[in-house]
Amino acid sequence: MSTTTVAHHDDHAEHPTGIMRWLTTTNHKDIGTMYLTFSLIMFFVGGAMILGIRAELFKPGLQLINPEFFNQLIGVHALIMIFAALMPAATGFANWMIPLQIGAPDMALPRLNNWGFWLLPPSAILLTLPFTLALFGIGDGALATGWTFYPPLSIQGGIGVDFAIFAVHLLGISSVLGSINIIVTVFNMRAPGMTLMKMPMFVWGWLITAFLLIATIPVLAGAVTMLLTDRHFGTHFFDAAGGGDPIMFQHLFWFFGHPEVYILLLPVWGFIPQILETFSRKPMYGYKAQVYSFWAVGVLSVVVWAHHFFTSGMPVPALLYFMYSTMAISLPLAVMFFCWIKTMWKGSMSFETPMLFTVGWIILFGIGGLTGLVLADVAADAQYHNSYFIVAHFHYTLFAGGIMGIMAGTYYWLPKMTGHMYNEKLGKLHFWLTAISFNLTFIPQFFLGLAGMPRRIPDYALQFAEFNMISSIAAFTLGLSQLLFVYNIVTCARGGKKATAQVWEGAQGLEWTLPSPPPYHSFTEQPTVK
Amino acid sequence: MRGYRKISLGISAMLASLSAHADYSWNFPEPVTPMALDTLHVHNKFMLIAMAIFFIVLAIMIYSIFAHRKSKNFKPVTDKAPSTAVEIFWTLIPFAILLLIDFVIMGIPAYHSVIMMENTRDKANMVIKITGSQWRWQYEYMDGDAQGIKFVSNLSTPKEQTDKGFDGKKDENYLLEVDNHLVLPVGAKVRILMTSADVMHNWWVPQFGSSRLAVPGFIRETWVQVEKAGTYRGQCKELCGKGHGYMPVVVDALPVEEYKTWVAAKKEELAKASAGADKEWTKDELVANGKTVYEKNCAVCHQVSGAGLPPAFPALTGSKIANGPIFGADGKYLKDSHLDRVLNGIRVMPSWKALLNDTEIASVITYERNALGNSVGDLLQPAQVKAARQ
Repeated sequence: MSTTTVAHHDDHAEHPTGIMRWLTTTNHKDIGTMYLTFSLIMFFVGGAMILGIRAELFKPGLQLINPEFFNQLIGVHALIMIFAALMPAATGFANWMIPLQIGAPDMALPRLNNWGFWLLPPSAILLTLPFTLALFGIGDGALATGWTFYPPLSIQGGIGVDFAIFAVHLLGISSVLGSINIIVTVFNMRAPGMTLMKMPMFVWGWLITAFLLIATIPVLAGAVTMLLTDRHFGTHFFDAAGGGDPIMFQHLFWFFGHPEVYILLLPVWGFIPQILETFSRKPMYGYKAQVYSFWAVGVLSVVVWAHHFFTSGMPVPALLYFMYSTMAISLPLAVMFFCWIKTMWKGSMSFETPMLFTVGWIILFGIGGLTGLVLADVAADAQYHNSYFIVAHFHYTLFAGGIMGIMAGTYYWLPKMTGHMYNEKLGKLHFWLTAISFNLTFIPQFFLGLAGMPRRIPDYALQFAEFNMISSIAAFTLGLSQLLFVYNIVTCARGGKKATAQVWEGAQGLEWTLPSPPPYHSFTEQPTVK
Repeated sequence: MRGYRKISLGISAMLASLSAHADYSWNFPEPVTPMALDTLHVHNKFMLIAMAIFFIVLAIMIYSIFAHRKSKNFKPVTDKAPSTAVEIFWTLIPFAILLLIDFVIMGIPAYHSVIMMENTRDKANMVIKITGSQWRWQYEYMDGDAQGIKFVSNLSTPKEQTDKGFDGKKDENYLLEVDNHLVLPVGAKVRILMTSADVMHNWWVPQFGSSRLAVPGFIRETWVQVEKAGTYRGQCKELCGKGHGYMPVVVDALPVEEYKTWVAAKKEELAKASAGADKEWTKDELVANGKTVYEKNCAVCHQVSGAGLPPAFPALTGSKIANGPIFGADGKYLKDSHLDRVLNGIRVMPSWKALLNDTEIASVITYERNALGNSVGDLLQPAQVKAARQ
């Protein structure tokens, strides 16, 4: 893809300063920065919770926290990491990069964009407030059902469940608003000449994510609302005694929950090939094949949900259908892996931090994907289900496949966003510490699961002691290594070596034609794409 | 197929020898049912395929990473615009490989496993019903000689070991021991009906390879056929509240003759207990018996001292219900009385009607009213509980 030279006006930004700038901003870059900052803060909040868990699981016996509090930490950890860390990070990049990548001056619906962001902090407060309230003797703490809200446990639960339901409502509204904005922007504001099949992969990834969000978030909102009325208004949607069925909630929840996995991953699958082509210094391989694979994954993701609860019991034809359709997801993924590696093949590769994270990402996400393929088998799933095997599996997909991908993107675009180069040495150290301690945290959990340790237990039998100890030590290393990430980002934002417009030697695309950092209002003259 | 089984067993043996050096295992524990054996084979086969794919792809990547680097002055190839036909051909190769693996190499054995797993009724020798509740399992034998045997299985690891801050030596089967083991005959195909009294639970013994959700208000099915005598342990694996980590499953598989002896002994024991319900008990007897029942069943939430864990679990000491009247003027028990609460439960408080027998309910109520800092002074006879059930 080649672009015409673009003349840039000076940064003639007029905006309020101080806190009002951020409260009232409608600028896509400001909003993107707020999303990313919020995500980073919540990443540490969710991380601190799980370190509490890992400290408790360091050895058998109860040492630090009660089982009640343990159950609250696991569920809130998941909700925060998914809704308040990973999703806002992807939305933050969408805000920053989609207008730059498609040559638009801003997002199509800037005020909606502002509202979408400012729904997030209140929902994060709603999620965590019950912890504080409990300290003052109000209620019995946060959501203690795990992030899946399964009734009847969630119907028994205290005010934490209600708080979490409202938090999910707000987060859902925020996601749907963000998705509408992205779809409208992508369909209406592309530079002349940029056809859909010339869009950068990241934009494609987000376009499909946005459709998935609009399709599935309302189902989640409906399900938790039914839960709310079951709890307080005497309905019996999920209560067998009144003609309801608790399993129906699982269907509704995972009809959202499975596409959610791809909602988290598709944006990452978008920028990974862009990073690969940059550092391999050769155009990505199989652009069309990747776009079609995105569509295939998007469609498959909404028809495989029941593989999350094979052990709940369902008719044999349903078991077989969900098993085979789940396995089918590996087909487009195989094509994508092939394209990624073929992009590297016979390139002229260099390994700056974004590339290190990307290569590490391919390998580790590969483990997540392959264990997922094995999990699709219904009979073996009876063993894997709700054991530590599944915990390890989804952390390979969501920590390695999600968060490490986000980190690759951060290092890749940070010089563009701040105008300064980050510290390469620290970045590489951060990568190696993260990759090694991540594996040491979760590989033992595969073995724990196979040996028969169920997830979500605060205390465990003696034969699980050694692996848990290794996992806990590595988890703390993993957590502490992330301080390097923050330090690197903060120092980079404050100053450092000036970044050029192109930043990376092999970088392609419209965002690299603007200076680093880009002016407050970019593309005042519309670029054209040949 | 046969050749593959050998490989699979070889891997298991290799992994087993690895684990001989350490105290933990690297794969599923030794399978003792046809289903667990099948699961292990399927798992080994799939893992082997997954690892093969992983390492082949990894090797290609690593080669590329070392060979095609800028620092080695490798010039990028200029495959400007690969023709669409070539592109489609190349990208269809991984597609085709995965198609074969998914739906033939993995799909066919997986199909047979599913059919086998779901075939709960064919040639079933006996039926048992398992009811999960917070946080214990209840077992009931539905047919054959053992019909009518029914008991509750509670965690029996001493409470001080599971308490916060315990630093002494823990039992060998810490958190994996119960007072009443489920006993099954070796070789019999046992059809299991699974349900729950409150929230969802999941009955899981790793060596059996079967796990099924216990859903309140519904019956789910699974089956086991234990082929080797021994004691097998597992746990609940569906988050079910604060006691989720404390409701293990322990199954004794006995040779048929020993199983028959156990059935006879258990029946006698249960008969004795129900005979106890008809006799007149003294207060001291009831309080003494009630203490055991209380500490086994009630202390998890209401605490050994009776102080509870407010606000979720109220204190019994000084409680209005535990100190209030049980029976009204007409001789029937009052709504929201102590007996009503224990029999029928409310919100988080489970219904104990099905879990405890008349003597146990009478004892525990008498204990709660005359200990834990309460001194109502009255007592409840098992016969009264029996009458109240009707």
